Amino acid sequence: MDLVKLQRQLVDYRDSLYHECFLDEQFTQLQELQDENNPDFVVEVVSLFFEDSERLLNELTKALEQQSIDFKRVDAHVHQLKGSSSSIGAQRVQKSCIAFRNYCEEQNVEGCLTCLQLVRQEYYLVKSKLEALFKLEQQILSAGGSIPI
Amino acid sequence: MSGCSDKSFHLIRVGTMHHRPLIDGNVSGCLGVLPSHSEPVNSETNRTTSSCSSFSGTAYFLSALCVYISSFLLPFSTKTSSRINRDRLRLSNWESFAIKLLKGQTLTRYVKNKLELRWVLVQFGAFIVLCGATHLINLWTFTMHSRTVAMVMTTAKVFTAAVSCITALMLVHIIPDLLSVKTRELFLKNKAAELDREMGLIRTQEETGRHVRMLTHEIRSTLDRHTILKTTLVELGRTLALEECALWMPTRTGLELQLSYTLRQQNPVGYTVPIHHPMINQVFSSSHAIKISPNCPVARIRPAGKYMPGEVVAVRVPLLHLSNFQINDWPELSTKRYALMVLMLPSDSARQWHVHELELVEVVADQVAVALSHAAILEESMRARDLLMEQNVALDLARREAETAIRARNDFLAVMNHEMRTPMHAIIALSSLLQETELTPEQRLMVETILKSSNLLATLINDVLDLSRLEDGSLQLDLGTFNLYALFREVLNLIKPIASVKKLHVSLNLAPDLPEYAVGDEKRLMQTILNVVGNAVKFSKDGSILITAFVAKAELLRDPRTPEFFPVPGDNHFYLRVQVKDSGIGVSPQDIPKLFTKFAQIQSTAIRNSGGSGLGLAICKRFVNLMEGHIWIESEGLGKGCTAIFMVKLGIPERLNDSRLALMPKVPPNHGPAAFPGLKVLVMDENGVSRMVTKGLLVHLGCDVTMVSSSEECLRVVSHEHKVVFMDVCVPGMDGYEIAIRIQEKFTKRHERPIIVALTGNTDKVTKEKFMRVGMDGVILKPVSLDKMRSVLSDLLEHRVLFEAI
Repeated sequence: MDLVKLQRQLVDYRDSLYHECFLDEQFTQLQELQDENNPDFVVEVVSLFFEDSERLLNELTKALEQQSIDFKRVDAHVHQLKGSSSSIGAQRVQKSCIAFRNYCEEQNVEGCLTCLQLVRQEYYLVKSKLEALFKLEQQILSAGGSIPI
Repeated sequence: MSGCSDKSFHLIRVGTMHHRPLIDGNVSGCLGVLPSHSEPVNSETNRTTSSCSSFSGTAYFLSALCVYISSFLLPFSTKTSSRINRDRLRLSNWESFAIKLLKGQTLTRYVKNKLELRWVLVQFGAFIVLCGATHLINLWTFTMHSRTVAMVMTTAKVFTAAVSCITALMLVHIIPDLLSVKTRELFLKNKAAELDREMGLIRTQEETGRHVRMLTHEIRSTLDRHTILKTTLVELGRTLALEECALWMPTRTGLELQLSYTLRQQNPVGYTVPIHHPMINQVFSSSHAIKISPNCPVARIRPAGKYMPGEVVAVRVPLLHLSNFQINDWPELSTKRYALMVLMLPSDSARQWHVHELELVEVVADQVAVALSHAAILEESMRARDLLMEQNVALDLARREAETAIRARNDFLAVMNHEMRTPMHAIIALSSLLQETELTPEQRLMVETILKSSNLLATLINDVLDLSRLEDGSLQLDLGTFNLYALFREVLNLIKPIASVKKLHVSLNLAPDLPEYAVGDEKRLMQTILNVVGNAVKFSKDGSILITAFVAKAELLRDPRTPEFFPVPGDNHFYLRVQVKDSGIGVSPQDIPKLFTKFAQIQSTAIRNSGGSGLGLAICKRFVNLMEGHIWIESEGLGKGCTAIFMVKLGIPERLNDSRLALMPKVPPNHGPAAFPGLKVLVMDENGVSRMVTKGLLVHLGCDVTMVSSSEECLRVVSHEHKVVFMDVCVPGMDGYEIAIRIQEKFTKRHERPIIVALTGNTDKVTKEKFMRVGMDGVILKPVSLDKMRSVLSDLLEHRVLFEAI
C-alpha cells in the first residue's frame, strides 16, 4: 500500500483509539519516551503489560472460583492490574478495575464476577487494538517510512 | 247682572210697545214700573221713538247675544288659557319661574293683565254709571218729553250697551288669566315654603360645619394629647348638648377598654370593659357612628336615671400606638388600635340623633385621630431627639477621653523611644566591646549573661514599641518584590540549628504553583514566619515540624471559623497560606483565644520555662492584619501538638526582567534528554509495568536507574550513592511508610540520606500528611508525565525541599 496512505491510516486509527477512550495521555507519554536509545520502548512495555494482565486475569478467575473467596487477594490482583493499565494508558481497563475494586470492598461476589467479565472483555479489546496499531507501525517501518507523531 | 235685567226689561218693553193693549196692565203690574209711554204722544214722536227703540232694541239684542255666546265660550276659554298657564308652570321649576317672573318674560302679560283688570273695573264703573244715568233720565220720560231728552236717553242707552259689550268681551279675555294668577300664587306659596325648609336645613348644616371647624381648630391648636381629648369632649358636649361624653382607651394589654376621659365626671374611676364585646366589635368594624343600646357596658357610666335614658352613639377613634411607630416603617392599617368614644344624649329629653349630628361625630372622631397621631409623632420625635442629644454628649466625652489617652500614650512613646534606647544601646555596645577584651572565664560568663539579658531587653523594648506603633496605626508596610522561596529557605536555615539541637525534624513543603516572586513586606513576613516557627520549636520537645506553604484556593479562602475574614481573590494579588504544624505540647481549646492577646501567657510550667515575653503572637497578628490576612491556631488539645495557620495577601510582581531571571537558574522547558546525567536513582515498584514505565521516564531523563521490586530488596540495595529513591506506595499491604522510616534510619547523617519520593495514586489529605510526617521529601501522583518528572527532579535537587507535585 501507499506509504502516505498507511501513515494517514495509522494516524486516524490512533486518533480513534484516543477518541474512544481506549488510550489516554499516558500512552502518549510512553511514546515520548521512545527515542534512538530506546527504540522499542513502547512495544516492550506493552508486551509486558499483556503478559502481566493475562497472568493476573487467570489468577483472578481462579480466585473467584473458590468456595470461600479471599477478597483481599482478589483486591490485590485487581490493584496490580489497575496500576499496570494506568501506566500504559489503557483507560477503559483501568476504569473497570476501579469498579471491580469497589465490589471487592463490598465483598459482592456477583458484582465481582460481572466485573471480571468486563475487565477481561476490555482487556482483549485493547489488546487487539494495540496489536493492530503495532502491525500498522511495522508496515510503515518496513515500507521505509517513519512513524508520524 | 243689572245690564241683563235691564236688557230683558227693555226687550219686554219693546214687546209691550207692539202689544200694548194686551199686556199693558200685566206688565206694569209685574214690573212695578210704570211704562214710560203715555197716550198723548204725537205720531212723530211715536215714530221716532219706535225707530229709535227698534234701533236700540237691535243693539241690545245684539249685545245680549254676544253676552250669551261669550258666557258659553267662557268656560272653554278659561280652560284653555288656564291650561296653557298650567303647562307653562309645569315646564319650568319654581326657581326659573320666579326668575322669569322677575325677569319679565311674562311681565308684559302681567302688566297687560294688570291694565286689563283695571280697565275692566273702569268699564264696570262706567257701566254702572251709565245704567244709572239711563234710569235717571228715564224719570224725565214719565210725562211728555222733548226730543232732546229722548236723544239723551238713547245716547245713554247706547253707551251703556256699548260699555257692557266691551266689558263682556274683556271679561272673556281676562278671566282665564285671573284664574291662572290664582294658581300661580298658590304655586309660589308652596315653593316658598319649600325654600324655607331648605334654608332651614342649610342653616343647620352650616351651623354644624361651623361647630366642626371650631372643634377642629380647638383640637389642632394643641399637640398635647390630654388637652386634645379634653377639648374634644367639652366641645362636643357643648355643641350637641350631651349629657355625657366618654372616651375609652385600650389598655396596654389590648384586651380591655379603660375609661380614660369623661365630660362630667372629673376623675373617672378606672372602669374597664373587655374589648371583645359584640357591640364594641360592631363599632370598631365600621367607620360610622353607630347607635348602641344604653345597656351596653360602655354606656352605663352615669347613674341610672329615673326615666328613659337618652340615646347613645359610639364611634371608633383610630390610634397610633407609640411602639408601632417606627421612623422608616409606617404601621399597618390592619393592626390599628381603636379607642371608643361614647356620646349620650340627655335622658328624659326624647331627643333623637339626627343624621347631621352623627356626621358631626364621625368627622370629629377622625379629626381626633389625626390630632392624636400628630401628637404621638411629636412625642416620639422629641424622645428620639433627647436620646440623640444624650448620645452626642456621651460620645463627645468619650472622644475627648480618647484624645487625652492618645496624647498621653504618644508622649510616653516619645520618651520611651529615645530615653530607653539610648542606655540599652550603650549597654549592648559596651558589653560586646568588653567581650572582645581579655577576660577571665567567670568574667566572660558574666559579660555573656549581661549581653544576653540586654539583648532580650532590647528585643522586648523593640517589640513593645513596634506593637504600640502597630496599634497606633502609624506602622506602614515596606512593600517590595522579594523571592518567596529564598525567604522560606532562609527561615529554614535559621531554624534548623535550634531544631537539630532539640532533635526536631523540620521539613518545608512549598507548593509548585507558589509564585517565585511576590510583592510585600519581606522583613515583616519573615518576622512572622520566624515567630510562628520559633513558637513551634519552642513548644515541642520532640517530633517534627512541618511547614507548608501554598496559594490559597478561592473556595478555601473563606474559613467558616472566621466569618469576618473576606479574602477577595484578584488578578494582581494572591493569598499565601502557611501552615506550621508541630507535635509539641499543644494548646487546650479554651486557651486558644488568649494566645493572641498581649502579655497573656498560658499558665503552664513548660511554657514559662521557655521564656518569651508573650508578645510574639500579638505582633504577628498585627502584621498579618496589616497584610490583609488572618492568623489562627488549631490544636486538638494538650499534648496533641498544634498547627498555626496564617494567610496573607501578597502582590504578584510585574514581569521580571532578564537580569533577575539569571539569579535563579531555572530549568528551561525544552531541555535536552539528559537533564540529570548520571543521577543515580532507585525505583521500587511491585508492579512490573509501572516499574518499567518509571524506569523509562528516568532513563529518558538521563538517570542511572536501579530497579527493585520489594521493600526488602530496596533496603538491601539502597546506598549513599543513590540520590533519589522513588517508592511506589499505593500497593496495599506494603507499608511504604515503614520503608521510608527504615531508610531514614539507615542513614544517620542527613546529608547522606537520599531524597525519598513517594509515587502514589492516592490524593487524599490523610495519606499526604502521613508521608509528610514520616519524612518523605516529595509526593508525586501517578501517572507521571515526563515534564512533571523532570520538574520534580530539578526542584528536588535544587532546593532539597519538599514538593507536592499534584
